[in-house]
Order: sequence, then C-alpha cells, then structure tokens
Amino acid sequence: MTPDLPARSAQAPIIGPGHTSATVTDQISAVVLMKTPRWWFFAFGVSFLLVMMLMYALAYLFTKGVGIFGVNVPVGWGWDITNFVWWIGIGHAGTLISAILLLLRQDWRNSINRFAEAMTLFAVACAGIYPLIHLGRPWVFYWLFPYPNSMGIWPQFRSPLVWDVFAVSTYATISMLFWFVGLIPDLATLRDRTTNKMGRIVYGILAMGWRGSAKHWHNYEAAYLMLAGLATPLVVSVHSVVSFDFASGIIPGWHTTIFPPYFVAGAIYSGFAMVLTLAIPLRALFKLEDFITDRHLQNMAKVMLATGLIVAYGYAMEIFMAWYSGNRFEEFMVKNRMLGPYMFQYWSLIACNILIPQLLWLKKVRSSAPILFVIAIVVNVGMWLERYVIIVTSLHRDFLPSSWGMYSGTVWDKVTFLGTIGLFLSLMFLFIRFLPVISIFEMRAILPEAKKLADEAEEEGA
Amino acid sequence: MKEPRLYGIMAEFATATDLIAAAEKSRSAGYRRMDAYTPYPIEQVWEAIGHHRSRVPLLVLIGGIIGCVGGYGLQYWVSAVEYPLDIGGRPYNSWPAFIPVTFECTILVAGLFAVIGMLALNGLPTPHHPVFNVPRFALASRDRYFLCIERRDRKFDRAGVRAFLEGLGPTEVWDVED
Repeated sequence: MTPDLPARSAQAPIIGPGHTSATVTDQISAVVLMKTPRWWFFAFGVSFLLVMMLMYALAYLFTKGVGIFGVNVPVGWGWDITNFVWWIGIGHAGTLISAILLLLRQDWRNSINRFAEAMTLFAVACAGIYPLIHLGRPWVFYWLFPYPNSMGIWPQFRSPLVWDVFAVSTYATISMLFWFVGLIPDLATLRDRTTNKMGRIVYGILAMGWRGSAKHWHNYEAAYLMLAGLATPLVVSVHSVVSFDFASGIIPGWHTTIFPPYFVAGAIYSGFAMVLTLAIPLRALFKLEDFITDRHLQNMAKVMLATGLIVAYGYAMEIFMAWYSGNRFEEFMVKNRMLGPYMFQYWSLIACNILIPQLLWLKKVRSSAPILFVIAIVVNVGMWLERYVIIVTSLHRDFLPSSWGMYSGTVWDKVTFLGTIGLFLSLMFLFIRFLPVISIFEMRAILPEAKKLADEAEEEGA
Repeated sequence: MKEPRLYGIMAEFATATDLIAAAEKSRSAGYRRMDAYTPYPIEQVWEAIGHHRSRVPLLVLIGGIIGCVGGYGLQYWVSAVEYPLDIGGRPYNSWPAFIPVTFECTILVAGLFAVIGMLALNGLPTPHHPVFNVPRFALASRDRYFLCIERRDRKFDRAGVRAFLEGLGPTEVWDVED
C-alpha cells in the first residue's frame, strides 16, 4: 500500500487493516445490538445456576454459622480469605491496564481496557463477599465503618483490617467511577444506534445527554487522566494493605517486609492471567480478532512473564530470608511448606506459577491463543494455591507443637467458591450482552487518521 | 403554528481535518459562541475553538485536600478525642498507622470530585439538547464531525452564518431548532 510506512508499523498492528471510525463503531456496537445468540442463554443460565448455589450456601451459612467452613483453631483463615485475596488480586490487572497503561501511553490497551475494568469490578464484588461472610455475625458487618452509634464505640484505626475496609471500598468505588466514565461516550453511541425503544431510553438515561462536544471532551479527558493518576497509586495501595493483614501479624511466613511488593506483583500476574482467560474466548465468540489482535495477546503474555518472575523472586527471597534471618520458626515454616503435609499444594504452586509459565519465553507459545489460554488457567490455579499455601501452612504449625493442627476446606467452602465464580461469570455475561465490551471511542482514537492528528498536537505542544 | 426558535446553524464535515480547518476559520472570522461535535476527542478542535484550560484538575486538588484532611481528622478525633484506647502505651495520635486510611480517603474524595466535577462542568446530565433535533447528528457518535455556530453569538445573523458555513466545504448545513 503506502511505501513510506512509519517505523512504528514494524510491529504487528494493534487494529486490523481497513477499519474506519464507522466500521469500528458498527462492529463493536453490533455485539450489543444484535439478537441475543443462543449460546448466551445457555452460558448465562449455567452461571446463574451457580449464583443460586451461592445463595443457597450463604443462606445455610447464615443459619448455621461459620462452623460449616473448615476453619478452626489454629487455622482461622482458610478458603474464605484465600478466595478474598485471589479475587481482589484478579481485579488489579484491570486497573493496571486502564490506568497505568493509559498514563504510559500504551495505545494497545484501548481494546482491552473496557472488559478488563469490568473484570475488576466483578472480581472486587466477589472478593467483598468473603470478609463479610467469614465474620461470626455477618449481619453487623457495618460496625467496620466509623459512624456514630448508640454503643459509643469506634473502629480501631491502627488495625490493618480497618485499613482493608477503606482500601477495598475505595477501590471498588474508584473502579466503578472509572468504568462508568469510560462508558459514557459509548453509551451515547448505543443510544444513537439502537432501534429498540427501551434501549434508547435506558442508554439515553445512562449517557446523560452526552453529545461529544469539544467542551465535553476537553473536561472529559482531563477527568479521565486524573482518575488514571489517582487509580495508579490506589491499585498499589490496595494489595499492599491486603498484604499488611498478614505482614503485621507475627506468624512465621507472614511477618515479612517483602509482602507488599510481592503481593502487588502476584495480583497483577493473576489479573493478567484472568484477562487472557476471558479475552481469548471472547474474541473468538464475537469475531473481534481485528481489535484484540495476536499482538495484544503477546503483550499480555509478556506482562505475565515479567510479573511471574517478580513473584518467583518473592518465593526465592522468602526461602533465603528464612535461612539468612537465623530465625528457627521461619526456617521450620519453609521446610514445612516444602516437605510437610501441604507439600503437594506447595509444589503444585511452584509448577503452576514458576515452571510452566517459563514457556512464555518462546515466541511460538506467545503467538498461540489456545496454549496461552491453557497457561493462563494454570496461572489462575497457581495463584489460588499460593494464597492457600501462605495462609494455611503458616497457621497450621506456628510456634508451639502442642497447638498444631490440620486444615482442609469443607464442601461448603468449595460450594461458596464455585458460587462466586458463577457470580463473576453471570455479571460478565450480562456485561457483554448489554454494554460494549471494547471501548468504541478509544478505538476510534487509535485509527490512523485520529492518530496522526494526535501526534501533530503532541508535536505542537512539545 | 409558532415559528420554532433557532438555536444555531450546524455544518457537517466528513473528516476531522475539514472540521479543524472550519473551526479555525470560524474563529478568525470572529465567531465565538460555537461548539464542535466529534466521535472522539481531538485536541486541535478545542484549540481552534479557543477555550480555556479545564478546571477539572483544580477540583481534583480541592477534593484531594478535603479527603486528606478529613480522613486524618476523622482518625485523630476518633483515636485521640472521642474514643482514646491505650494500646501498650502507644500515643493516641499514632500518625504512621493513620497513613493508609488518610491515603484512601484522599483518593476517594479526589476521584469523586473528578467525576462529579467533570459532569457538572459539562452540564450533564442534560436529557435534551437542541443539537439532537438534527437527525443526522446521531452520526456525531459514529464517524461525522459537526460544527455549530450558536444564535447567542454577537455576530450571528441567520443568512450570513449559513453562507459562511456553506463556504467551508461541509457536506451539509442545517438550522438547529431550539
């Protein structure tokens, strides 16, 4: 075509050839506006059954109490907190993609940020359930918030558990705002495209009268950048605070300064694995290969490889510090993890999180969507096991052998976990049915014509 | 029937470059009360229309300060004034332990100010606006670019503006009814 392609095009493009503002708009909004495909009813139906199962498990929990879970002295945290950390970690990739990559001007993020943000929101919703339901009296969970009450008591602000309440609720709120602000121009697009009266009313209300005026865009971009700037330190703080829940305790294997960065890297690692787990089937089902290209998958695979190596460094440091600190309890903890009763879980986690992902060094692996999908699932499993091993192996044998014990989750632990997976998938299916899975206006902005204008504006500004 | 009032006159352009050129010409012709409508943000359009910096960042700063002071103040008041607890002789105002919550409150209020401020500055929600009376305007959220010179402009006269916009190479020109 054009002989003088700019140097940047040496890399594979981030959007299929021949697309214009009109085709991008039509193709992405068609996913929402077309007749509901039959598989959707099936997929949503199955997920919704799992939600019903969750409801059943929660009802049983509330009538019987936390005794139905496997937790007991000495292991007071089990599947519930494992699942909490796992879900909240998954959310982190969404914020990383939408905020940090925006600030770093990684344009390729424009086609994956929308559903990654949705993933964040739904994962945080699933995560939020666990700390509440593992309380002995979940109906008074609001005592965690500082509010004037007739008991005359207040939360203990020196406790990381209270920090966690603030971190997670702020994270949920800001993620929701970021997602919604990103949606406004696309809701206006759907309002203008839909032929359905109900759709016009609902999208019209949600779009709030957005008309894409220069003044709108100007304030909009400022607000969007500001939100990205705020979300970036926020996302780092959330998993750091989650790690403080552990690190400020004196349990061997928890009481370490490497926890915050190691948890944040792990969160991003598992989150990217989940984005790939969702993106690969999504683009196949809706024929979105032009927007979520192989280059996107490769980039995500590279981020996974990098964060996976940071996590591996974290594991190595834990072992090193157990020896270097000269602390007998730490040393025992490491030996117990590797060779104790939970060695199967420990070595599975090493295999899932460190060994198998090394395949991502190979370009062949990175460019094969099915293999990437499998590796992403493996990492999801590995990151769940990591949290399980950190929580259970540290608690079950701490200082005094007389207080040692064993832990395993009960059927209710498993049912509840499966139920939250169902909740996550149900929300995801509703989202892909009713809202654009790819940010339409941000895709218009990376088309060649728009890109050229943006580059010119930047040069003038510089 | 009463003659509908005019909101302004709108021209449709096929490309962003045409719109930018048109906006620049309108500005140098002395028009001030106008707005452009585009499917994605274009910095040059805003510059051509010649407006001020966005006030969103200032609002975010104010929100951040309120959140920061409020968050710390809440913890100080609870821990040192209203409900002091002696935990191993540590000071009531144990500020290092108050940093995470102060930080989260800062982000929360700043973020709320960013979003609500952006909506307020843009005058949203506005369920209806005269520009929606132009049927083709639905394409502003697809692939068309619009420029509207409003009646409240001091230089506005119906025939003159129409002739001016037609001279800028639009694909079409409409009256926008109020």
